[in-house]
Amino acid sequence: MTLTELANPSRFLAFANRALPWLGGMTVIAFAFGLDMAMNAPNDYQQGATVKIMYLHVPSAWLGMLGWALMSVAALGTLVWRHPLADVAAKAAAPIGAAFTLLCLVTGSLWGRPEWGTYWVWDARLTSELVLFLLYLGVIALWRTVEDPSRAARAAAILTLVGAIDLPIIKFSVDWWNTLHQGSSVFRLGGSTIYPTILIPLLVMALAFTLLFATLHLAAMRNEILRRRVRTFRLMQASAAS
Amino acid sequence: MEHIDHLPFIVASYAAAFAVVGALIVWVTLDYRVQRRTLARLESRGVTRRSAAMRSEPTMQQAKEEV
Amino acid sequence: MNPLGALLVRDMRLSIRVGGGALMGVLFFLVVVTLVPFAVGPDLALLKKIGPAILWLAALLASLLALDRLFATDHEDGSLDLLLMSRTPLELVVAVKGVAHWLTTGLPLIVAAPLIGLLLNLDPLAEGTLALTLLVGTPALTFIGLIGAAIAVALRRGGLLLAIIVLPLTVPVLIFGVAAANAAIVGPVPFGTPFTILCALTLASLVIGPFAAAAALRQEME
Repeated sequence: MTLTELANPSRFLAFANRALPWLGGMTVIAFAFGLDMAMNAPNDYQQGATVKIMYLHVPSAWLGMLGWALMSVAALGTLVWRHPLADVAAKAAAPIGAAFTLLCLVTGSLWGRPEWGTYWVWDARLTSELVLFLLYLGVIALWRTVEDPSRAARAAAILTLVGAIDLPIIKFSVDWWNTLHQGSSVFRLGGSTIYPTILIPLLVMALAFTLLFATLHLAAMRNEILRRRVRTFRLMQASAAS
Repeated sequence: MEHIDHLPFIVASYAAAFAVVGALIVWVTLDYRVQRRTLARLESRGVTRRSAAMRSEPTMQQAKEEV
Repeated sequence: MNPLGALLVRDMRLSIRVGGGALMGVLFFLVVVTLVPFAVGPDLALLKKIGPAILWLAALLASLLALDRLFATDHEDGSLDLLLMSRTPLELVVAVKGVAHWLTTGLPLIVAAPLIGLLLNLDPLAEGTLALTLLVGTPALTFIGLIGAAIAVALRRGGLLLAIIVLPLTVPVLIFGVAAANAAIVGPVPFGTPFTILCALTLASLVIGPFAAAAALRQEME
């Protein structure tokens, strides 16, 4: 069983080795453009210069959600097709998604200090992101608790799918809870209308962040495959020695 | 005036982003090195021949299955 | 006797007799609620205001902390393997175990809630609605917790992990449970809105919980 696990991933490793430099290069170029556009973008008439934080905050929030979506697709791959690469993809995505969700929370709170006068407001979006972050940490804790990798993958897959069902409900509940407690004075990140002068740099930054995610994810998947190979070697060594 | 007031928070945000992304890059790179080194060490102990021979078979099998 | 009925009786007997944890949940509930005034001060007006939230939070913790041994004991003595091999669908088996667990730990909480509410200066109307929201909401907690209990069945640190992975999932139930209890007492929204959503959450978890928990047990046990 562990041998078939090694089989297909070998081809994946070759692909990752070829694709990583390209992806990394594209990420650097996209960031060069994105950061330049973000720095030169005009300030928002309401938020002033703090709108520049949005160029980090919004893409991080997007990647936090993309990470969970990716894990959910991988979870289907794990449970339905039993594909070892799906296990690897799900495991590699969790810490990266968690890191970007954390970045979203940190930038949101740094945006909030000048705008709201405090680092943390129980704003609907930030609160949902916080719950998402907790769910990520739960999945990572699960990965770290179960020793056998394929059993860990299946347990994490079920938790991921339950989370995927629950996340929209959490989002809805938190929005409802927020309007209940804050009434009309709901603070909004972003704003109702985004002008093209701000939207275009934001889209470029989102693209750059997505490429970064892809690069990191591919590299982390490569590491995970190598880690499993090391594990298999060790098991073989142990069985040969005995 | 307002610009100066907000600047520390913008700088802090970008610093946080660099820190998080930097940490991820360092983690991925170091992890890669550690795994490669461990693999090389295991292979040099001669676990390779047997496992490589065993590994090639399922690869073929897998290839057939895919076709 | 029909196998599901037999399982229900067996599980309830096991948790009620010596060594079972039936009344531990209520005891935990009482201890947590007693601790709150020591933390926030004995201000009756404040306690009355946050009373429903405290009782809901305590009920949430009590019903989840009692869950971690639900499948673990069956796993240890081998009866889980028998349940997995039986011809009765595992989803139904899991659901019946959930019902048995709720009857022995959730239901006593609801009976005790009005009495414990007295400590927090709640008036009869508030206690009635609170008990009603707990009656509707705690099954959702049990059935969401089932998933965590099934995932953590064979783990050494199962209890803590169960709480970590399940508590974030219970955010909607907590929000609408407390909101419904508060709505009847202070407003501003009508009681019906959050209460119906709470009912919907419970119904959804009654379906999703057993399916996900059964899937987790199957994956875990192969």
